[in-house]
Amino acid sequence: MKKTIWLSGIALAAMATSAFAQDATEVRIMWYSDGNEGEVIADLLNRFEEQNPDIDIILDNVAYQVIQEQLPIQLASGDGPDIARVTNLKAQAEHWLDLRPYVADPAYWEENFGDRLDWMREDGSDAITGFMTQLTLTGGFANKTLFEQAGVEIPAKGATWDEWIEASRQVMESQGLPAAFAIDRSGHRVSGPAVSYGGNYIGEDGLPAPIDDGTMAFLTRLVEWTEQGLMLPEVWVSAAGTTYRAAADDFINAQIPFYYSGSWQVSNLSTKIGDAFDWVVVGSPCGDVGCSGLAGGAGLVAVKYTDHPEEVARVLDFLASEEIVREFSERTLFLPAHAGIVAEGGLEFQSDDPLVPPAMNAFVAASAETLPAADALPAWVWANAYYGAIVTRVSQVMAGELSLEQAREMMDADIADQVEAAGQ
Amino acid sequence: MARFGETVGRVAALPLVLIARALDPLLRLWQRWTGTGGMIAFFLLPNMAIFGVFVIIPLVLNVVYSLTGGIDILLKDRPFIGFDQYGRLLECQDYLQPTTCREDQFWTAVRNTALFVFFQVSLMVCVSMITALILNRKIAGRGFFRAVFFFPVLLSPVVVGLIWRWILQRQGLMNLIVTNLGFDPVVWLNDRFYAFSAAVGVSTWAHMGFYTLILLAGLQAIPRDLYEAAEMDATPASRVFWRITLPLLGPNLAVVLVLALIRGVQIFDEAYVLTGGGPGTSTLFITQYIYEVGFASFLRNPGLAAAASILMGLVLVVLTLVQLGLSKRAEKERAR
Repeated sequence: MKKTIWLSGIALAAMATSAFAQDATEVRIMWYSDGNEGEVIADLLNRFEEQNPDIDIILDNVAYQVIQEQLPIQLASGDGPDIARVTNLKAQAEHWLDLRPYVADPAYWEENFGDRLDWMREDGSDAITGFMTQLTLTGGFANKTLFEQAGVEIPAKGATWDEWIEASRQVMESQGLPAAFAIDRSGHRVSGPAVSYGGNYIGEDGLPAPIDDGTMAFLTRLVEWTEQGLMLPEVWVSAAGTTYRAAADDFINAQIPFYYSGSWQVSNLSTKIGDAFDWVVVGSPCGDVGCSGLAGGAGLVAVKYTDHPEEVARVLDFLASEEIVREFSERTLFLPAHAGIVAEGGLEFQSDDPLVPPAMNAFVAASAETLPAADALPAWVWANAYYGAIVTRVSQVMAGELSLEQAREMMDADIADQVEAAGQ
Repeated sequence: MARFGETVGRVAALPLVLIARALDPLLRLWQRWTGTGGMIAFFLLPNMAIFGVFVIIPLVLNVVYSLTGGIDILLKDRPFIGFDQYGRLLECQDYLQPTTCREDQFWTAVRNTALFVFFQVSLMVCVSMITALILNRKIAGRGFFRAVFFFPVLLSPVVVGLIWRWILQRQGLMNLIVTNLGFDPVVWLNDRFYAFSAAVGVSTWAHMGFYTLILLAGLQAIPRDLYEAAEMDATPASRVFWRITLPLLGPNLAVVLVLALIRGVQIFDEAYVLTGGGPGTSTLFITQYIYEVGFASFLRNPGLAAAASILMGLVLVVLTLVQLGLSKRAEKERAR
């Protein structure tokens, strides 16, 4: 009898708890992680829930591929999470919620995130759809230990791509490495360097311009360096289509002295390299017209199909607050997109690795050198069409299937096809 | 305890019993009206409903998608453009030169898939046949070897691709062996010939066990007295194979051929993980092309992907019909 009474008590308590839980509004966030940011955001959201017991946040940690492939389908069917962390912000802008009527202080958002709001809203709109959780900048990493062992000077600031590859070649030969350098297999990654050689993707009408001589100048070099065995071939050559491949593991394993990727790799490199060797961030090597990297990043955006826009805005108001953005950046080693924090400076990146603070500072310094043609790309809806065509066709040239001239024609045709398909 | 179990069982079955009793008069009425045929239809209905939802409706949707344009995913947002997607896929100056085609990657994938099917199916049938013949003999550890050859079939294709990628990459196991033998390391997956061969070989390795099992079953079904008669006549082993084993194994071989052919045309997962379609496009197969166009590229083109998949499906239907026709004719000739 006693047991029955106990069981009934437990059942009643469980029912009461679930009834209480049902009172809280559920806000679902789709999140992906490159490093430790999943743990950090979970911690911050727990803090929010303690302060706001009427909101129950469900954090779905998913693979990046889910964000790229499954989220668009959910959005197209008018479904999806309430908030999502996305990199393909502009092309999907029609699905984001305008938070302007819901956030506590739209002026705060304008003031601190205004520069990048265009990246995540439709052209001509003044909507506030979210904020960048991190700013990224493409740039190079050098294995300082390998350079020192080879007795080769790390090229100074302002060195050209040719000078960097030549220095890396000397290190490669001296240390018996398989290659001198690698760039991630991504159209985004080669676009900063292409702009540095005078490339411009955007036509006067806002549509994709034909591949120009500036872009070809860098792509030609890239192909030649691959043919000469200077660029690690397996990154670009050994895949078809738009498949993304990073060369971080080859740099971590000290197989290449120079690696061109971006600021989001700092945490990854610091964790995996440890004290195995010293590495430094060297910004972007120079071309004929500049030394530009390409900015980018991930944004946390509200999805317009949410049933709870007020609660979504409260969550985002919390996450976009100066204190939280600062803590998030310091703990994740990401560059903040918050203008106030950038202006104030003094970020204390939380890492025991002495190589991390100078690396982050080097990226902050390099962000001042991006060219206007590169700055325009994150807010340009056709950027991904361009990137995809470059990766697909340049890989074919490297594999000996196409000539550079054929590739140039095909890139133009691929981009035109995408524009035509989108216009149907 | 037994009585308790019986009571629980009765209680659990009660809803089903009640449903059956409620349906009983209706079914009797239905049987009276429609006869046995109606009852067959009734019992097939659940199965057909599932088949319809998961096969027929997607197939019809796929055909409809292939007749629409744009990059939107929802059908209601997509304009009808007739056979334009098919026209785009088939627009070509010289089908043997994919670069002269508007969708050059599609034709490259078609060529690669045809070559892959030719080499992989040939290799698969030969190796499976040899393995089945060996495993059919009374050899030591026969049960163990049967399990060993079947084991890769149990692995996920992604796991298969990853294992072989680790073996064949620059710092992989294969190069460890090569360098220990005093040779220079080879980046196997960067070489067109090696990468294609690896795709064929790995796929054969992964699926061979299944086809071996089918052939083994066929071999064990051949009456022993035929072999005993041949032995008494001192028939050479090669003649026994060509005159007894092979003809009687014909139906099983036809099954193996059809299944291997279909599986070959559908090659995707292990090859995608192993080579990613590279180097260049030398291992880009038709399913990867469809995946890239329909799902992986930033501006998806579901209509074009659907049209390519319909064309692939038609080729598969034709190939299967040809195979079945040939095997039926062979059976008739044997019956004469």
